[in-house]
Amino acid sequence: MKLSAKVREQISSVTLIASLFAAWEAACLIFNVSPIVLPRPSQIITTLVLQLPALWPHILQTLVTTMIGFGIGMVIGVLLGVMVGVSRAAYNAAYPLLVGFSSIPKVAVVPIFVLWFGSGTVPAILTAMTTCIFPIVVNVATGLATTEPEMEDVLKALGASRWQVLWNVGLPRTMPYFFASLKIAVTLAFVGTVLSETVAANRGIGTVMMMASASFDVPLAFAGLFALALLGILLYVVFALIEQRICGWANRKNEFAMA
Amino acid sequence: MNQQGAVAPSSSRNRIVQLEDVRVRFGADTDAFLALDRTSLTVEAGDFVAMVGPSGCGKSTILKLVAGLLRPSEGVVFVAGREIGAERIGIGMAFQNPTMLPWLSIRQNVMLPLKIVEPYSSTYRAHKNTLFRDRVEALLEKVGLGGFGDHRPWQLSGGMLQRANLCRALIHEPKLLMLDEPFGALDQFTREELWSILQDLWIDQRPTVFLVTHDLREAAFLANRILVMSSRPGRVTEDRKVDFARPRTIDTTYEKEFTDLTHGLRSLIVAAKQKEKVKS
Repeated sequence: MKLSAKVREQISSVTLIASLFAAWEAACLIFNVSPIVLPRPSQIITTLVLQLPALWPHILQTLVTTMIGFGIGMVIGVLLGVMVGVSRAAYNAAYPLLVGFSSIPKVAVVPIFVLWFGSGTVPAILTAMTTCIFPIVVNVATGLATTEPEMEDVLKALGASRWQVLWNVGLPRTMPYFFASLKIAVTLAFVGTVLSETVAANRGIGTVMMMASASFDVPLAFAGLFALALLGILLYVVFALIEQRICGWANRKNEFAMA
Repeated sequence: MNQQGAVAPSSSRNRIVQLEDVRVRFGADTDAFLALDRTSLTVEAGDFVAMVGPSGCGKSTILKLVAGLLRPSEGVVFVAGREIGAERIGIGMAFQNPTMLPWLSIRQNVMLPLKIVEPYSSTYRAHKNTLFRDRVEALLEKVGLGGFGDHRPWQLSGGMLQRANLCRALIHEPKLLMLDEPFGALDQFTREELWSILQDLWIDQRPTVFLVTHDLREAAFLANRILVMSSRPGRVTEDRKVDFARPRTIDTTYEKEFTDLTHGLRSLIVAAKQKEKVKS
């Protein structure tokens, strides 16, 4: 019974997504929309499949750039988050700075990176990094700052050092917050990479889309969008799975059902 | 202020806890208030002390002073003959909130102090699956949690979590045990059951216990000595010896001497509260 309910749930969500695309396809056919304005899903997917050999290096470029930027962003984000979460002084100093920095549209930052490092992969990595840091810092800091004071007292009375408190309580309890932020951060990193690629690069999906729209190859531009969305979903799923493995304790309902 | 690591007068070595003219002030200059006023107190090793009094009278403040979580604004706190904070002595502590870590099993939760306190921590890796595991299992058995070591905290009821909490506070056989309203959130039957369990554990290990509670029956049942405290600024106004024979049973609590004691304590606290009302 339980399984069938789960399967039914999955079927209904797949049907919903499929019907969304079917409606798009139908609307384009009925209203005779030109593919230069809005291509049909079938055209986009055909283009994506046919052009895949040509697109593949660009997809790879974007993926690698994103992952490098995201990786660096993750390390910096965790370090900043731990600092901000552990020390009151760091919290007071860093928070306004972080909020201010995250409010800057990253489009405005790309030209500066290009100025410093020239066009290409480096500014894309940096843009990806700066785009994805903020949610990681905020979540890690929140996780640490919400440690129960009683638990801290228990450990301090035992004679635990700050480091032992952090290692045994602070960091583990921050894990669910951290992974929740990673799922968001990885998609944000994509946005950053593509943004930078559309402005100043000669490889990557962003570049492909710029060139495609310049030559009115709208299906190709949309194929680029689809590729991006698929990569985004893929990475989201990967991090969701890792999260489930590491922080299963935070979703006690699932665990209960399995036990 | 006082020199770090000062040593208490040698005549008082068997006194495990000693507060001398301690004052605790919270807050900055203008809106500062006195949480604890000129308190002096000595506690013999192995004693069981309960602190009762109106809310906000500084009971928990004394607990935190002794546990080294708080520094006195004036005066000195000696624990085991040394000024508190001079060396780590691994004090066991339990609050009303059991704060079991949800990512660990009950066994791992109870084992946590062994990971931190010497002499256990240096051999923790070697013993965690053998010696320490048996030790935890034996203690869990004593409090009625035998076989629950592998359970996760959320699978246990409030009373069971509180049992595990006691185990975590006692697993390293601390010299000092600090209990801050540990049974406050439990129903009466569970509470009375845990009183007996705590009494047995105390008789076994003989740690020096400080218990903060609102429940006068709890204080009278468990303690050898009850300190009644006045409203803010808190100070000890009454120091009662409780010498009912051990082990005490729940029946003890229905004897006349027992009810006289709790009744007397009650009127003292009511009086303290009234004084506060007059003041404000």
